[in-house]
Amino acid sequence: MCGIVGLFLKDKSLEPKLGDMLTDMLITMTDRGPDSAGIAIYGADADGRAKLTVQSDTPEAAFDGLDGALAEALSADVSIRVIDTHAVLELPAGKEEEARSALAELRPGMRVMSAGDTIEIYKEVGLPEKVAERFNVRGMGGSHGIGHTRMATESAVTTEGAHPFSTGSDQCLVHNGSLSNHNALRRKLRREGVRIESQNDTEVGAAYLTWKMQNGATLGEALEGSLEDLDGFFTFVVGTKDGFGVVRDPIACKPAVMAETDQYVAFGSEYRALVNLPGIEDAKVWEPEPATVYFWNH
Amino acid sequence: MQTYDLEANGLRGLNSALQELNGSSNKTAWEIVNPKGSHAIAVGLNSPIEVTVKGSTGYYCAGMNQQATVKVEGSAGPGVAENMMSGTVIVEGDASQYAGATGHGGLLVIKGNASSRCGISMKGIDIVVHGNIGHMCAFMAQAGNLVVLGDAGDALGDSCYEARFFVRGNVKSLGADCIEKEMRPEHIEILKDLLARAGADAKPEEFKRYGSARTLYNFDVDNAQAY
Repeated sequence: MCGIVGLFLKDKSLEPKLGDMLTDMLITMTDRGPDSAGIAIYGADADGRAKLTVQSDTPEAAFDGLDGALAEALSADVSIRVIDTHAVLELPAGKEEEARSALAELRPGMRVMSAGDTIEIYKEVGLPEKVAERFNVRGMGGSHGIGHTRMATESAVTTEGAHPFSTGSDQCLVHNGSLSNHNALRRKLRREGVRIESQNDTEVGAAYLTWKMQNGATLGEALEGSLEDLDGFFTFVVGTKDGFGVVRDPIACKPAVMAETDQYVAFGSEYRALVNLPGIEDAKVWEPEPATVYFWNH
Repeated sequence: MQTYDLEANGLRGLNSALQELNGSSNKTAWEIVNPKGSHAIAVGLNSPIEVTVKGSTGYYCAGMNQQATVKVEGSAGPGVAENMMSGTVIVEGDASQYAGATGHGGLLVIKGNASSRCGISMKGIDIVVHGNIGHMCAFMAQAGNLVVLGDAGDALGDSCYEARFFVRGNVKSLGADCIEKEMRPEHIEILKDLLARAGADAKPEEFKRYGSARTLYNFDVDNAQAY
């Protein structure tokens, strides 16, 4: 069991409140997944610069002087914003791959959570309320965001096993369920050159979508493909720089509820997660159909 | 009429207050406000009380119901009225997966749509859905009636026993050993009564009946290779 929440805003006036609303939704889903929590938030564009969210188990040592060291390695301007065990590095666009290689040398053991123009991912082991507090998710604004509360099944309770997973620029995925063909698919995708860091089944799902999109598929087409190529139980919620998608496997035993108003599209594993959203009483509320791709774009 | 604020007073207090009436012939009416999608609202009741939930519910609302009438003025999450023995449960909105699962008796009315696995393993319950139902409904159904005014999804009645299914709209596909059957006068009578009790505006003659072909009841030597 896991809990998923997601919010895709249509009304710009709600953007400053995105983190606040998502935090309430996330905490409501604590009893579906109390071991870890994470959130992907699509915030402000960094003026054409790329953002890398990194995580370290020893943040003080890892982040001390990191901006300077990375700036020197890349011969470029790098800034750092430290938030608990995570830090957001801003660097010139196009330097992400170079930065990843440099970071692996400068700070072995540090993990890259996400890369892109607007995405930031924060995830840790612990109760969702505590995780949200550590990163002050309430204070974050943005256009859309996805949160996950985890009850581990397929891999250990660790930071890297927590969701969301990001395997491509500004892409992220969260999952409720379990995939049964992830080992074979991981080997196949690695042969294709897709980066997969963990033993987790969901990361393979994310990497699969990234691989499909690298080969020309739209997110909608990639999600359609997942219905053919992924074996197991899944309700997926995915984010891209300007999009938000949902798909459930054909058996659809993992719960899902959606709500849409003029102001937002919201996803919850249970209706409980949606009850405090503005105007929910008059929202269109429905259960997404099995094997059906839902997708919204800004 | 007694009003109970679920958000202010909690679930345990509600269910213990309602279950205290179990075994009595008390016909009081209860109204539950601020359900906010909570789980297990009004479960395990066994007295002829009337409970109205003012909003949508989470998992297992009105589970194991006996005698009571529970009305949800909203939509219901997974497992509404599961294992119901008697009484009536009415959902004004939609119901999520496995509504009325394993129910032994009573009447479940869903005024909107029901999603997957509605009536799975039903054992005597009557279910009337005013809208559509999803896939794998009435899987392994043993007894009772499932009435659908709209359409049915894939694999209706897979591996069913003696339950009856009446569908007015289209059936996407029938499950293993489920077939269309003749609608005889006694079925029209059963359906007429159920539609009236469920407040459904439909004519029994508009429905088709489905049920078990009974070919899975006994071992068939031609299937030996499958094992």
